[in-house]
Amino acid sequence: MSKPSAEAASAPDTAPDIAPGRLTPAEYHANFGDIESPLQRAEALIDASRCYFCHDAPCIEACPTGIDIPGFIRKIATDNVKGAAVTILEQNIFGGTCARVCPTEILCERACVRNAGEGRPVNIGALQRYATDHLFALGVEPFQRAAPTGRRIAIVGGGPAGLACAHRLALLGHETVVFDAREKLGGLNEYGIAAYKLPEDFAQNEVGFILGLGGIAARTGQALGRDIALADLRRDFDAVFLAMGFAGVNALAAEGEELAGVEDAVAYIAQLRQTADKSTLHIGRRVVVIGGGNTAIDIAVQSKRLGAEDVTIVYRRGPSHMSATDHEQAFAQTNGVKIKHWARPRRLLARGHHVAAVEFEYTRIEEGSLAGTGERFALEADMVFKAIGQIMLPDPLSEDGRVVLELKDGRIAVDAHHATSLPRVYAGGDCVASGQDLTVQAVEDGKRAAAAIDRYLAKR
Amino acid sequence: MADLRSEFVGIKSPNPFWLASAPPTDKEYNVVRAFKAGWGGVVWKTLGDDPPIVNVASRYGALHVNGDKMVGFNNIELITDRPLEVNLREIKQVKRDWPDRAMVVSLMVPCEEMPWARILKQVEETEADGVELNFGCPHGMSERGMGSAVGQVPEYVEMVARWCKAHTRMPVLVKLTPNVTNILGPARAAKTGGADGVSLINTLNSITSIDLDIMAPTPTVDGKGTHGGYCGPAVKPIALHMVAEIARDGITRGLPISAIGGIATWRDAAEFIALGAGTVQVCTAAMHYGFKIVDDMIDGMKNWMDEKDYARIEDFRGRAVPNVTDWQYLNMNYKIVARIDQDLCIKCGLCHIACEDTSHQSIAAKRVDGQRRYHVIDEECVGCNLCQHVCPVPDCISMVQVDTGQPYLNWTQHPQNPMRKAAE
Repeated sequence: MSKPSAEAASAPDTAPDIAPGRLTPAEYHANFGDIESPLQRAEALIDASRCYFCHDAPCIEACPTGIDIPGFIRKIATDNVKGAAVTILEQNIFGGTCARVCPTEILCERACVRNAGEGRPVNIGALQRYATDHLFALGVEPFQRAAPTGRRIAIVGGGPAGLACAHRLALLGHETVVFDAREKLGGLNEYGIAAYKLPEDFAQNEVGFILGLGGIAARTGQALGRDIALADLRRDFDAVFLAMGFAGVNALAAEGEELAGVEDAVAYIAQLRQTADKSTLHIGRRVVVIGGGNTAIDIAVQSKRLGAEDVTIVYRRGPSHMSATDHEQAFAQTNGVKIKHWARPRRLLARGHHVAAVEFEYTRIEEGSLAGTGERFALEADMVFKAIGQIMLPDPLSEDGRVVLELKDGRIAVDAHHATSLPRVYAGGDCVASGQDLTVQAVEDGKRAAAAIDRYLAKR
Repeated sequence: MADLRSEFVGIKSPNPFWLASAPPTDKEYNVVRAFKAGWGGVVWKTLGDDPPIVNVASRYGALHVNGDKMVGFNNIELITDRPLEVNLREIKQVKRDWPDRAMVVSLMVPCEEMPWARILKQVEETEADGVELNFGCPHGMSERGMGSAVGQVPEYVEMVARWCKAHTRMPVLVKLTPNVTNILGPARAAKTGGADGVSLINTLNSITSIDLDIMAPTPTVDGKGTHGGYCGPAVKPIALHMVAEIARDGITRGLPISAIGGIATWRDAAEFIALGAGTVQVCTAAMHYGFKIVDDMIDGMKNWMDEKDYARIEDFRGRAVPNVTDWQYLNMNYKIVARIDQDLCIKCGLCHIACEDTSHQSIAAKRVDGQRRYHVIDEECVGCNLCQHVCPVPDCISMVQVDTGQPYLNWTQHPQNPMRKAAE
């Protein structure tokens, strides 16, 4: 039951309708609780029994971290659930997060041989969650570090790539120090993923589990280029792993972007994730989201779940061009979000200093590239979210005013072993272009870089 | 539409699907429900002398496989625990109310002539259609010298069968225990003793599982367990073999058989009938799903018979018996190889790994344009068909005959057999 907004009731035509507390406490609780209910043992056994235990299983190949999926599912089937969790975490220390946020429909579950003939894959993501939840509930440390090597590695960025790298290096006996600009480790798991995918303190608990291994020191509130310098890290550590992700967002390049009510989706989601009482968050009655990726989906659905009445995603191309998966698009639509395709923003219309509407131009493909048709329409909006992509800011990688690392397409260039153009400096996660911009890919980057660093250090 | 009416050792029933002597046939209430559901007959749960036996709790153990419940089932229940008079009264009433259904009464009394003579007279008064001698129960009663303790000694089987034939006009079936090295021993004894037919198999000695927390067998009675009688789908292959042995033995050939053992569907029933059984008895499947399963047994059997142009049960009964032979008569010049339908293949690789790890390394795993491809190396394939069994996709792997150009040749004729009977 939405509470009527005071502003809307008094002056619907004049003031932007942006308000906190649109919903009852119960509605906030339901809207930002876990979107998936965990499998019970009986369900898990049924799902596990559907796994054929394939030889050379296609699902393993489809997993960026190469989890032995048939192996862990068989362990679930025999009630060796702890063993299943360890099988997962050996390859992917963020197995708990990935069980919740991985687009399994385009990874392991798409590769599942059950699709052929049945069209329904084994429920791999949910089974992975079943196993990892079990281990976390046990509260045991399943890994043991190798003998100390005396080597120290600096990790810049405490997100999935950085922590995966730190964990693997610590496991191999090295000491690591993780620097992160934010107050908490976890990166996008803590600040970026939609709240209902990683509800409560899941992200911080997982960070705690990872640090529980030992050998990983956390230095938060330390931004590269502000509080720490790459040159110092290179001097003080045996190796450096850069995994600071994206720090910037793309601009709309439409007139009126500076108006009040025009928000950066990434920043808003970070604020939302850090706000325990969601009723204090201000949200517009009419929200327009510009973009076609998972951030667009996440801000749109969370706006709706904060009580926005009309939420429209506008994307400049068609459904198949969106980087949000079909599953994510459908999820947005079942949450009452409207998705309009083939239109791009041209102007943000103001009422005073505040945005009041967005004017779009229809688009189409002409001779292979996107072109405006000249026809325009406007959508009234109390809030506009920009979700048109993030970028890496190269400035922190400068020494004496000069970027000292080779870049490629705006990100750090790395070789197959995640080595950068600088000796002893490696990089992974969103700040390199290693594959899809997914949590699971970031974890794999960190894991591979750790292996490369370890090989390098062993040779020295 | 096919006619399922059955006449077995002179006992008529509207269909050959009977409920076996067990908890489902323990009393009037259950049996009436069974008849309402359509079952052709029952073998009433075993009667014994008063005072009635006493049962324990729990009584059942089950083998669940990969989510499939009760693939195997075991019990430590004994014969009826109700007074003889109550059972006899109810049997009489039910037979009177359901005259078209087969009413056979299972019996177990001590191995002496008088108790058998006495109880047979009492059963006759109920106007039941026949009796089945329980020489099969492997637990509890066998410790008291009854059940399988009798069934395992052919001389006792023959002796008791003879007593019973002498003391009643009713048809006598002998229920055989599978807990013997050769089923033909007691089966021949039953025939020699004059039994009208045999029913088999009773349950197998078994411990279903060990509870690893309390370190005791299941079912567990106050921390202890004992072996029970095993039944359910898992025992069907054992039952098929024993039925086949009796059907093709020179002495027992033609002896009426009421088949029991893991029968849950019309297809199971058809298989036993193809091996010569005249009726089939069901227990575990009914205990798992209730009496309604008989609906598909009747309907499915009729549809299959129509499809095959069998008008009556007799039209296909025993048709598989001539094809059951000894290993030494199998054709050694018959060659088949596996064929994988690449369009149906889902690339699970199970055929490859089964063959690679445990058979003849005759299914190669390749990548063609990045796609997995499993293909049979004909020269290596021995036609064992393990791959066909592990393949999860129906009809994806078939075994195709390869013409060797060689005539039929069995082991008795084979050059490598030092004991061969004659040159070809």
